[in-house]
Amino acid sequence: MTVYFNEMYNDGQVRVPYRQLEEWMNNMPAELRQMKQAQAEDLFRRIGITFAVYGEGGDPDRLIPFDMFPRVFTSAEWARLERGVKQRARALNAFLVDVYGRGEIIRAGRIPAKLVYQNAAFEKAVVGIKPSKGVYSHIVGVDLVRTGPDEFFVLEDNCRTPSGVSYMLENREIMMRMFPALFRENRIQPVDSYPDLLRRTLASVAPEKCQGEPTVVILTPGHFNSAYYEHSFLADLMGVELVEGPDLFVQGEFVYMRTTEGPKRVDVIYRRIDDAFIDPLCFRPDSMLGIPGLMDVYRSGGVSICSAPGAGVADDKAVYTFVPEMVRFYLGEEPILNNVPTWQCAKSDDLKYVLDHLAELVVKEVHGSGGYGMLVGPKSTAAQVAAFRERIIADPGNYIAQPTLALSTTPTFVEEGIAPRHVDLRPYCLVGERVELVPGGLTRVALTEGSLVVNSSQGGGVKDTWVLAE
Amino acid sequence: MLLTVQHQTRYTYSQPVRGVVQSHRLTPSKFDGQRCLNWQVSVSDGIMGGSFRDGAGDFVQGWSVQGPVSEIVVMVQGQVETSDTSGVLRGHREIVSPLCYLQWTMQTRADVALGKLAEASAKADGSLNSAHSLSAAVSEAIAYKPGATTAATTAAEALALGEGVCQDHAHALIAAARHLGMPARYVTGYLHATEDDAPHEASHAWVEIWVEGLGWVGFDPANACCPDERYIRTGSGLDARDAAPIRGTARGVGAEDLDVAVAVQLNDQ
Repeated sequence: MTVYFNEMYNDGQVRVPYRQLEEWMNNMPAELRQMKQAQAEDLFRRIGITFAVYGEGGDPDRLIPFDMFPRVFTSAEWARLERGVKQRARALNAFLVDVYGRGEIIRAGRIPAKLVYQNAAFEKAVVGIKPSKGVYSHIVGVDLVRTGPDEFFVLEDNCRTPSGVSYMLENREIMMRMFPALFRENRIQPVDSYPDLLRRTLASVAPEKCQGEPTVVILTPGHFNSAYYEHSFLADLMGVELVEGPDLFVQGEFVYMRTTEGPKRVDVIYRRIDDAFIDPLCFRPDSMLGIPGLMDVYRSGGVSICSAPGAGVADDKAVYTFVPEMVRFYLGEEPILNNVPTWQCAKSDDLKYVLDHLAELVVKEVHGSGGYGMLVGPKSTAAQVAAFRERIIADPGNYIAQPTLALSTTPTFVEEGIAPRHVDLRPYCLVGERVELVPGGLTRVALTEGSLVVNSSQGGGVKDTWVLAE
Repeated sequence: MLLTVQHQTRYTYSQPVRGVVQSHRLTPSKFDGQRCLNWQVSVSDGIMGGSFRDGAGDFVQGWSVQGPVSEIVVMVQGQVETSDTSGVLRGHREIVSPLCYLQWTMQTRADVALGKLAEASAKADGSLNSAHSLSAAVSEAIAYKPGATTAATTAAEALALGEGVCQDHAHALIAAARHLGMPARYVTGYLHATEDDAPHEASHAWVEIWVEGLGWVGFDPANACCPDERYIRTGSGLDARDAAPIRGTARGVGAEDLDVAVAVQLNDQ
């Protein structure tokens, strides 16, 4: 029987960060809780924060369930996470600069050449192009899980355009509106500086050709995209324009935005569009979302693109295995945060182990995301495991496997009252001239009893994440 | 050889377009086999964009034209001094790993027939001999015949047809080489017509295959030879689309008509 670490109760005692919450919890009658829950949902609807779920049909404006019970870290716990996340963000960026440059880590034999250069996410078109300040991934979302008081593991890195930060901000906003007293009784570090830090981070990587105050825009694929709300929300809070491909055009050495006062030069594009679609002249010629000629402007230093094209090779699930090696190679440090041990089905020994232990493992597609196309062995039927086995055998290189982690739980409001549910954590690390991390992140919670899958597309919810002041 | 190039591309639009953006790879490569004496590229009413040398060593120049325009002319002219390096791309500065050129594309995917052709004609040993054998096999399997194929024809289709032009020969050789694990790429440039009176396309395409110890080596399956002093190299890519000397789009609704004239002349002296 697996023992799961409960972040509130340990050995029959309430852990320090949750002391104040115990009283709050005990003093909340069921009627009040239901009223508050309804109020929260109403607020979310009014604000308009919804999340369309691909491939599930149903209501595209369905809310991600919000759980009112906060997830809490002490400042000491957070200090270690912060150092670990920043270390990882630095190493990932150093790796990107290296593999699009001389490839020292490959020459040194620390990571296989094939894994990088034959990776579908490797962009030949940006080899030799050094982005402003040497930063490829300006927002690194590191997905963490906890298995004990001091045990954290990194599940995956998101170096392209990690989404969900609007939930971190909204969850806090809503909690403060509904439970102002909680924020007087607890000394909770604020997260509302994030949009300003993001804007400053983006402005700090303006190209050298930019004179004066850089013009930053957010490039969205449009309102049909599942994260459109977040794009417009961030643009609003940052005080920058939200644009779509047709709003921008290339002329001469620069990119311009159409405005009512005529064309305005754009220096930094925070894009929420995949590489393949940003410039039909360089990548997919059928893209209607991108800006023709953008890549030539970027590569000749006329504009910065965040994340930089090609950043995706660092968050590939097969490359993930080598992130601790990157930390040692580029920073000369030992990794503060551990990787989850991972078996590469492309290797025959690993494949054999995986096939022999399928029922105990979590198996994922190398390029998959959102919790789709994965097998959670212990939670699957024999028939599901057998069917997945066939898929792995048919294309081993497409799969990796990890042990089923004993994800920590935190108290969560459920039908029957309060019960432990499994959680993960995604902090958003900003990398520009400086590396910054606001004290908080997005806690996702698997609302179904016993479930270890926290993805919103698989019925996960979200919580406010607190970091207490000293 | 001292070669003079004149290359004109005229785009005519049935209805005026609001603007045009292009990305050019029209400048001779820098390597031991060629030296550029003078070179000029111009675009009618064009605004010069940023330029840079990319990781594969190609010189890229952006252009834009503000509309409304009904016609655009891209003019390339210049002189290049060439010498024979037996097809070896010596002295070319590039940092893209050869492994990047193992990736398949729609037009260079090896079907069963291409795989068989590759396996029947060469060993998967990455040697110069194998590269020569592959190139010879492709020359033999696809006869030169203009008009038999289009720009969208794939390597597999061209082989099945048994006919094609330099683009088809190049795609087929790339597919066969990659099938045997040899990095291969599409190369564009110019070719000086030879004295044999056979028709030649002055805008030309051929292949480079990575040979361990030698580096990139050129093969021209369309002419059953290796590029020599008659060739001027300008750029490379995974396939014809990736290596295109001119990529562009026009903002407009009408049809686009294309007219190309290329002349490569030998200067006596």
